[in-house]
Amino acid sequence: MTTFGLVLGALLAIGCVVAVSRPFLREPALAADADRLYEPDAAERRRLSLAEERDRALSALKELEFDHRTGKISDEDYRTTIGPLRRQAGDALRALER
Amino acid sequence: MPELGRAALILCLGLSLYATVAGSLAARERRRRLAVSAQNALIAAFGAAAVASAVLLSALARHDFSFTYVADHTSRKLPTLYALSAFWGGQEGSLLLWLLVLLGYASAAVYFNRVAAREVIAWVVPTLGVIASFFALLLVAVANPFQTQAAPADGLGLNPSLQNPYFAIHPPMLYLGYVGLSVPFAFAMGALLSGRTDERWIVATRRWTLGAWTFLGVGQLLGAHWAYVEVGWGGYYGWDPVENAALMPWLAATAFLHSVMVQEKKGMMKVWNMLLVVLAFCLSIFGTFLTRSGIITSIHSFTQSSIGPWFLGFICLITTASLLLVFKRLPLLRAKTKLESIISREATFLYNNLLLVALCLTILWGVTYPLLTQAVLGQTVTVGRPYYDFFLRVFGLPLLLLMGIGPLIAWRRASWSSVRRILGIPAAVSLAVGGALIGLGAGSSLPGLFAYSFAAFVLASILLEFVRGTMARQAVAGGGYGAAFVELVARNRRRYGGYVVHAAIVFLAIGIAGSSAYQSTYETGTKALMPGDSVTVAGDRYVFRGLTVRPNVGNHRELRAAFDVYSGNTYLGRQAPGQNFYFREQQTSSEMSIASSWLTGEDRDMILGGTTKTGGVFVKILVKPLINLIWLAGFIFVAGCLITLWPDAREVRRLAERYGEVGARVRA
Repeated sequence: MTTFGLVLGALLAIGCVVAVSRPFLREPALAADADRLYEPDAAERRRLSLAEERDRALSALKELEFDHRTGKISDEDYRTTIGPLRRQAGDALRALER
Repeated sequence: MPELGRAALILCLGLSLYATVAGSLAARERRRRLAVSAQNALIAAFGAAAVASAVLLSALARHDFSFTYVADHTSRKLPTLYALSAFWGGQEGSLLLWLLVLLGYASAAVYFNRVAAREVIAWVVPTLGVIASFFALLLVAVANPFQTQAAPADGLGLNPSLQNPYFAIHPPMLYLGYVGLSVPFAFAMGALLSGRTDERWIVATRRWTLGAWTFLGVGQLLGAHWAYVEVGWGGYYGWDPVENAALMPWLAATAFLHSVMVQEKKGMMKVWNMLLVVLAFCLSIFGTFLTRSGIITSIHSFTQSSIGPWFLGFICLITTASLLLVFKRLPLLRAKTKLESIISREATFLYNNLLLVALCLTILWGVTYPLLTQAVLGQTVTVGRPYYDFFLRVFGLPLLLLMGIGPLIAWRRASWSSVRRILGIPAAVSLAVGGALIGLGAGSSLPGLFAYSFAAFVLASILLEFVRGTMARQAVAGGGYGAAFVELVARNRRRYGGYVVHAAIVFLAIGIAGSSAYQSTYETGTKALMPGDSVTVAGDRYVFRGLTVRPNVGNHRELRAAFDVYSGNTYLGRQAPGQNFYFREQQTSSEMSIASSWLTGEDRDMILGGTTKTGGVFVKILVKPLINLIWLAGFIFVAGCLITLWPDAREVRRLAERYGEVGARVRA
């Protein structure tokens, strides 16, 4: 191996080792709790699920309004669909506020 | 410095293995610092792969024939662009490109999602680590690009068909597509492993999937154009197994991009989406296997090699592991709602998915059939163009029609009366176009007639969507129609960018139908054309003027046959099909002459088949109506994808609020 290649290879290896060990070098001594990966608890998971449901319902409402305005949905279809969607969005919003 | 290249590859393998093992351990035991360390290992592995690639590129640029790879794929007189492109011209180099692109994607995807998808990312890292380890292991143990030898005076050169500017861009594009599918796969597996099967992984990978899909689509179109101008047979897609290998994951990813919208809107099709992601990724690995193993006969298979069993083993491993994981997590993947009506947007997405997957699996069967017959019967039975053309019509034409129907149907449910009303105008346009074509005598090809009529239907429905949307937006927001149009597209980039992509597919379909169903062909028989002889094809007269030879043009000799082309008494120009003979490679390539009319979209192609000692020529002439719409479709496709991919600040804010990222600390 040429000297130049050897030096470059060694520098590359050192750089990689530093990068990999950096989290341990930056925080050498940590309590087990501080070294825990973020994990949402049951309440947070429920909030997320409700937020997804709320966004889904609101997006569906927006889409329905737009489709109605563009004539894609008849007045009759619009009336039968909008009620359940509003209820769904309202339920999700209320549950999120609780 | 081959040693540096080798050291970088070994380092890359070590880091990838570390990312796999440490990442799995960290995710399993929820250890934060170890998880960050594994992420850093993946990013460092990208650095190591970049160094290895730089060493190889430098050797190619310097014509350093002490590298066996450089000597095998380049020569001294090879232009620098092609010498550098030889990076992906051989097996070892192309595997290195795979690894480099994979680690580039992995580093970027992990870095940008380290907060947004922090629960999932812990498992994404080891998944990507497994894939990177496989490719790094292949490069270290089986196909090392840094093997050395006593430097010969000159290299063996590059296959002449690869000495084309498209070779500099087509393979990297395809690789960006193939490899990009690893990201949604890794996030899907990450979601399953972490038990976080909500929409987070979809949100995190939406743009990565679309980006990979765009690259794969553009890569295929570039490949088609390359085949058209370089291979010299007058076609652009020959259902070659390797071409099919790129088409299959693209079809699976197309299905996924549609069905994932159903999951986002309705919380349905979660299992199906997981299976599509697995299918797309496995097909991308399968495509690499087909190209690189030499197991099939294809103009793209450059070598027989020993990597086939490795790839087969890896495909079996990831397919089995992924399916087991999906099966294990089935309770988490239950749909929250049901299909409310068979006449709804989600239902049309379901039909479109079934057709896309059916087409994909039909092509897969056609590709694997020769392998299966060889394994079972001991003789290779291949399926030819009629098989693929038949199924393309069976599944492709309804797909084309659905592209026009789907956007016009509302989500959830639509009544028959509103469907009839909304489809009335596109249907009338479609029937009018069909009738006009029959009246003009274009009814000779029934599939062509259907393709054009359906294409008119889709274009009319897209136009209607833009017009109605703009009017509705203007009615709400006021202002002019121009501003309303811009606002409409800016607020609904996915929807209207998607429509532009649909328009591209329509132009593609029109180009394919026109150039294949209505093509005119002439081929010289047993008697060669002599100077002064003429032939008439599709109303134009081709007069042969004579042969010319340029004995030394860089690394090759050029032979050209000059033809003057006339339409009636109007001179259209000179065409000179020919052949190049490459000295170092001792190979001849056909150089087709193409005269394009950008006004009509038609091409006049001339291929020189051979010459006689007395100066006569054998030629093939093809007149391909509307073929240039295929290439135009490529530009429209890219425009549509860019609209869809363009970041939307409103959406970013909404998602950040949903996932509670506002003010979140950057902690893995």
